[in-house]
Amino acid sequence: MRYLLVEDNLALAKAILDRLSLNGHVADHATSVETAHDFLRVSDYDLILLDIMLPDGDGRQLLKEYRANSGKTPIIALTARSQVSDRVGVLDLGADDYLTKPFDFSELEARCRAVIRRQGGAAQNIKRFGNTVYDGVSGKLSVNDVSLRLRNRELRLLEVFINAPDQLFSKSKLVDRLFSHEDDVAENAIEVYVARLRKQLESSDLKIITERGMGYRLSVL
Amino acid sequence: MTDRVRESGSIRRRLLVQLLSGAGILALILFLVVQDFTKQLAEENQDNILRASVTSVLDAAAVQNGQITIDIPYSAFSMLGNVSDDRVFYKITQNSKFLTGYDSLPEAKLAKPLAQLQVSTANYLGEEVRLVTSTRLLSNAGVPVLISVTIAQTRNGQKQTLAFISRRVSMLGFGFFTIAAILTVYSAQSTVRPLRRLAASVSRRGPQDLRPVAAPVPREMVPLVDALNKFMGRLKKSLSQSEEFIAEAAHRVRTPLATLRTQAELTLHRVERDETREALREMIRAIDESSRAAGQLLDHAMVTFRTDYLEVQKLDLREMVCGLVENMRPVADLKDIFVELESGSAINIMGDPILIQNAVRNLIDNAIKYSPVESMVKLSFTYASDIIGLIIQDEGIGFPKEDRANLTNRFVRGSNVGGRIGSGLGLTIADDVVRAHGGSLSIENNAKGNGACVTLYFPSC
Ligand SMILES: Nc1ncnc2c1ncn2[C@@H]1O[C@H](COP(=O)(O)OP(=O)(O)O)[C@@H](O)[C@H]1O
Ligand SMILES: [Mg+2]
Repeated sequence: MRYLLVEDNLALAKAILDRLSLNGHVADHATSVETAHDFLRVSDYDLILLDIMLPDGDGRQLLKEYRANSGKTPIIALTARSQVSDRVGVLDLGADDYLTKPFDFSELEARCRAVIRRQGGAAQNIKRFGNTVYDGVSGKLSVNDVSLRLRNRELRLLEVFINAPDQLFSKSKLVDRLFSHEDDVAENAIEVYVARLRKQLESSDLKIITERGMGYRLSVL
Repeated sequence: MTDRVRESGSIRRRLLVQLLSGAGILALILFLVVQDFTKQLAEENQDNILRASVTSVLDAAAVQNGQITIDIPYSAFSMLGNVSDDRVFYKITQNSKFLTGYDSLPEAKLAKPLAQLQVSTANYLGEEVRLVTSTRLLSNAGVPVLISVTIAQTRNGQKQTLAFISRRVSMLGFGFFTIAAILTVYSAQSTVRPLRRLAASVSRRGPQDLRPVAAPVPREMVPLVDALNKFMGRLKKSLSQSEEFIAEAAHRVRTPLATLRTQAELTLHRVERDETREALREMIRAIDESSRAAGQLLDHAMVTFRTDYLEVQKLDLREMVCGLVENMRPVADLKDIFVELESGSAINIMGDPILIQNAVRNLIDNAIKYSPVESMVKLSFTYASDIIGLIIQDEGIGFPKEDRANLTNRFVRGSNVGGRIGSGLGLTIADDVVRAHGGSLSIENNAKGNGACVTLYFPSC
């Protein structure tokens, strides 16, 4: 999927871009309102991540103008301002959602997915592995054309694997992807989710392989 | 905020008292002056006639054949009769020897024996009389003869007339006073009216309405209104500066933390060494803790600030909560927590939407935070005749009984928090917000099963 990130803080922007590409997305980066306008003029995006405080203006202004020119792409505002402080919230100005900095990447991903799903329609991010089809946008997994119901955590675990097939993930890394840093979870907690996912993938061409003492990886038959 | 204003009497009453006593004094003076004047006039009139009578009697005195004759003219007394029905006395002496009239009638003392006319007041036969004495020197065959004529008149009639006039004058004075009183009340009223109007138009305003007073005011009030307008201008500026400051502070604190957190998280995905990973996790937790605390602190500051200038409007609580739930669903999903909102018709309350949203968000946030994965958070409403309750139930660890009373205090966290990140301000904010709206917050555990049951009560409208 194609993202536009409008963020003037370079370190933060780089981290977000890295994370997006880690998840298999393509992203353009604008550092000002003006470059954002330039990008929007020439390309179409599936999602825009918009910082509110920009060096050459207010992201809210960009938001208003974009919506006034009937721009349809969903927008998630990134703001470090307090939610109570703005009488006219970004949602009223046409943003689909907002995220208060600093944020958890899993929350960013969750919100992106929710927004794109709500948008409905065209956006799809389908990956096919033999008899198994995964749509990263709707978060739907189907095996032999039978769609499966996965819990959020199972889905996120699956996504970690699908974005990097055959790559080995230690339990500790998977814990970091799946649980918020608040939760004090033991590494074996991940075994529960791997077991559940395996069960879901029973008849699929996707298999989760255990590498003794090292972790797990996804293999495609 | 609501110090009682100390009163120093009423302008209206002061005006009334001053103007009315002024009018009273003026009416009294008018009465006295007119009465005195008419009395003088009446006395002067009597004196003049008495003088004329005496003069005409004296003129009638003549020497005839060596005899003094006085043919008292009729007109001399008829003139007196015209003035009133008062009794008339007279006395004529010749060289101080009684000639005719009332012997015992006193004479007005003459300064000099030959002074022309003398007027005085005396008591005669038990009545007050006004008497005029005059003399005339006649020559009887070369012998001087001094004729003295005294005419007196009682003053009853005059007194009656004066009493009558007094009544009239006092009526005049009273009428004058009444008209003055009416005018006074009217003018006191109309003097105070612009003040009242100003007071009403200022107090009718909402707390956020800090526009200057635009309606015209009397010139004397211009300095006051001018000062008021300037004051409101300053207030408005300082209010928006404080708001802007809080918002800006949040931005300043969170932006670098955001960078730090993102970097830490990315690094966590790259490094393999367990010790490094553990250190990074600790770092992220610390960042979350400080950014959460900073955010909550600033939110709390803003909420405290806003509750003083509550901006209430009619709002649909259900719709608002529905929006919030949708907004928080992605976060709940991360823990596979399902948030369920009871459906139904609109629930109208009067409130400040931003504050209420913030309060409810804190409670939903708690419910998610203190609940295990794959559980339920349920939001429902309860109605009584004059209150509406928003109930938030979870299936989590619930409130520790012994802590419950203090949890709404600032920075107080329960003994049940474990490793969960927090600042102890969420319930404080929620409590402050409902209180500012005239409601209350109830902290309970579910009667059946596990979990907390928090209710926000609002007065219904
Ligand atoms: N839903 C809940 N279930 C159990 N305990 C709760 C719940 N909500 C709040 N608490 C307790 O109340 C305390 C105060 O809550 P709060 O003011 O929101 O602070 P924080 O969540 O930042 O610790 C918490 O520390 C926790 O002990
Ligand atoms: Mg809390």
